[in-house]
Amino acid sequence: MTALFERLAKVFSTSAFRLAVMGVALFLVSAAMLAGVLFWQTNKVLTEQVLTVLRAESDVLKTEAASGPSALAAAIGARSRPEGPALYFLADATGAKLAGNLNRVPPELAGNSDGGVFRYKPERGSDAPERLAVAIPVETGNGLRLLIGRDIEDQRQFADTVRNVSLTGFGALSILGLLGGLAISRMILNRMDAINQTSQSIIAGDLSRRIPVDGSNGELDDLARNLNDMLDRIEGLMVSLREVSDNIAHDLKTPLTRLRNSAEAALRDTRGEDAYREGLERTIEKADDLIKTFNSLLLIARLEAAPLEESLEQFDLSRMVEDVSELYIPAAEESGFALAVDVGQGPMVRANRQLIGQVVANLIDNAIKYSQGQGCGSSISVSAGPGRGVEGGAFISVADRGPGISENDRQRVLKRFVRLEESRTKPGTGLGLSLVAAVARLHGGELKLEDNQPGLRVVVVLPERVVVRSEAPRDARVAMAGAK
Amino acid sequence: MRVLVIEDDKETAQFLQKSLKENGHTADLAGDGESGLSLAEEGAYDVLIVDRMLPRLDGLSVIKTLRTKGNRTPVLILSALGEVDDRVKGLRAGGDDYLTKPYAYSELLARVEALGRRAVPEEQQTRYVVGDLVLDRLSHRVMRGGEQILLQPREYRLLEYLMQHAGQVVTRTMLLEHVWDYHFDPQTNVIDVHISRLRSKIDKSFDKPLLHTVRGAGYTIRDGPV
Repeated sequence: MTALFERLAKVFSTSAFRLAVMGVALFLVSAAMLAGVLFWQTNKVLTEQVLTVLRAESDVLKTEAASGPSALAAAIGARSRPEGPALYFLADATGAKLAGNLNRVPPELAGNSDGGVFRYKPERGSDAPERLAVAIPVETGNGLRLLIGRDIEDQRQFADTVRNVSLTGFGALSILGLLGGLAISRMILNRMDAINQTSQSIIAGDLSRRIPVDGSNGELDDLARNLNDMLDRIEGLMVSLREVSDNIAHDLKTPLTRLRNSAEAALRDTRGEDAYREGLERTIEKADDLIKTFNSLLLIARLEAAPLEESLEQFDLSRMVEDVSELYIPAAEESGFALAVDVGQGPMVRANRQLIGQVVANLIDNAIKYSQGQGCGSSISVSAGPGRGVEGGAFISVADRGPGISENDRQRVLKRFVRLEESRTKPGTGLGLSLVAAVARLHGGELKLEDNQPGLRVVVVLPERVVVRSEAPRDARVAMAGAK
Repeated sequence: MRVLVIEDDKETAQFLQKSLKENGHTADLAGDGESGLSLAEEGAYDVLIVDRMLPRLDGLSVIKTLRTKGNRTPVLILSALGEVDDRVKGLRAGGDDYLTKPYAYSELLARVEALGRRAVPEEQQTRYVVGDLVLDRLSHRVMRGGEQILLQPREYRLLEYLMQHAGQVVTRTMLLEHVWDYHFDPQTNVIDVHISRLRSKIDKSFDKPLLHTVRGAGYTIRDGPV
């Protein structure tokens, strides 16, 4: 019971409920004003009509009165019907009734020379209810007293009906409005409770919880979806953080141990100075590898943390890719690869040139490293150009003929430190692809791993907004096409 | 060469002082930005080595102040902040070169020596000569012993940079930065292959090699023993 009360109190205190109440109140007030004005106006018009009729009749009766009191009495007598809306009362100067269907001057009008509203009982059926009427005195000019009136009971009943209907309507409206407010606030409260519960269990440590989406596609669903996306990202980061710390154990601790071992071994070596020198050189080499890993880690962390407005430059992507590839051609040839570079014209992009260069370098380096000794043509093709499909503004792709990466492993290799070769014997930090992915993300693009049949094709898709659109390069292209 | 090291870590500063001395340079030390700035303004140094994060006055402010006062002494910025934007900011503040911690001493030495030489306006030189190897910057021609050597554009730029720093050690990173304008880690020793191709063109059919590998440091082009 108390729980129900608490729940109810909570519903009443929600802003949705308060808003609903305010809305209903505002609606009621304006509706009441509208109905009131309408009612008052109608009543006034109807009353005016009655008065106009009465005044016209009074003019007619005045002319009758000019022909003498008995003529007037006769006319009144003729007009007076026991049942009818027209009411008359004619009396002489002493107040005795001469004619008419009213029995007396209504007490409401006794001292009143302007006429007005009064209640009367119809002549017949004295147990019939009193009816409402309006009457005005007529100036006969010969000492007689004449009142003419009209029954307005129908008008009154109409007014009553209107009033009753309005009151019932308003009552129903307020109840419905409050119920609606309650329902809305309950609904919102339920969604909010779900969000609050989810966030509380997340605060408590269960990052896998998600806010339910009810499929109504309303703004609350949008909110829930956005929050869920945010949670996905956070969870992804947490998971990769955990993975990183696991892998750091291997990738940083192992070389650290090796470094320490080689220093120790050199120190113990009985050959003396030469051994020390060798040992120190080995130690420095190992320290350099460690630093490399460390720097890559830091770079990725920074890329994921902050955008790089300051270092954005405008450059021709295809030229850039061609340029970096050229740097690698001799090294690739030494390793037995033919590096085929196939780039188009442009586009001009606004991006971090060094990072894009690093991307190309990492991709080519990976291609060389992981498809070595595969025979089968041993070619690596690098390409770049504007767009790719509908989604991209520009792309860079590096494809090899190596062993490729199986469908299942593709997501995994993008993570830091993940190397498919479990023993981690090949040189490398295991950060190359995750750095590429981080750079792509930083520029709003994405990294795709595709099957090159055989081999791997890595595609970096950069979004439209990275591409600089201007008239000049297009003109240049036209000019060049003309030259060809 | 007179070098001023503005670095708040004593051990690093003393290591640099000792090492530079071994290489025939003299080095003064300043432990914070303010004393570094006043030393740099008084002493006629050939090169300043400035750490970015310093007590009292940070490295970039020291450089900016010097530059606004018209002091053009070459500055090598040392920084633990090594990536992307930091470098741009450092060079924009008036630094001439940027080296990320941790660095190899050989790398630092090569850069300091290159900076010290920069004070001499050799950029205007139109011909570089090392032994019988001549590079003509106007006609873009390279001759050795009277024979013309045909080089690819990139090989030409590589040789040009090496000859501009003839007699000095040039590291792989310096080559990558100046010949290719890349400030990223190429992962493998791509430079070595380019050097060996260049070497096969300028040294192979001649008795005396000019392009030497300096172990653990980089390359140097010189007429005579390393």
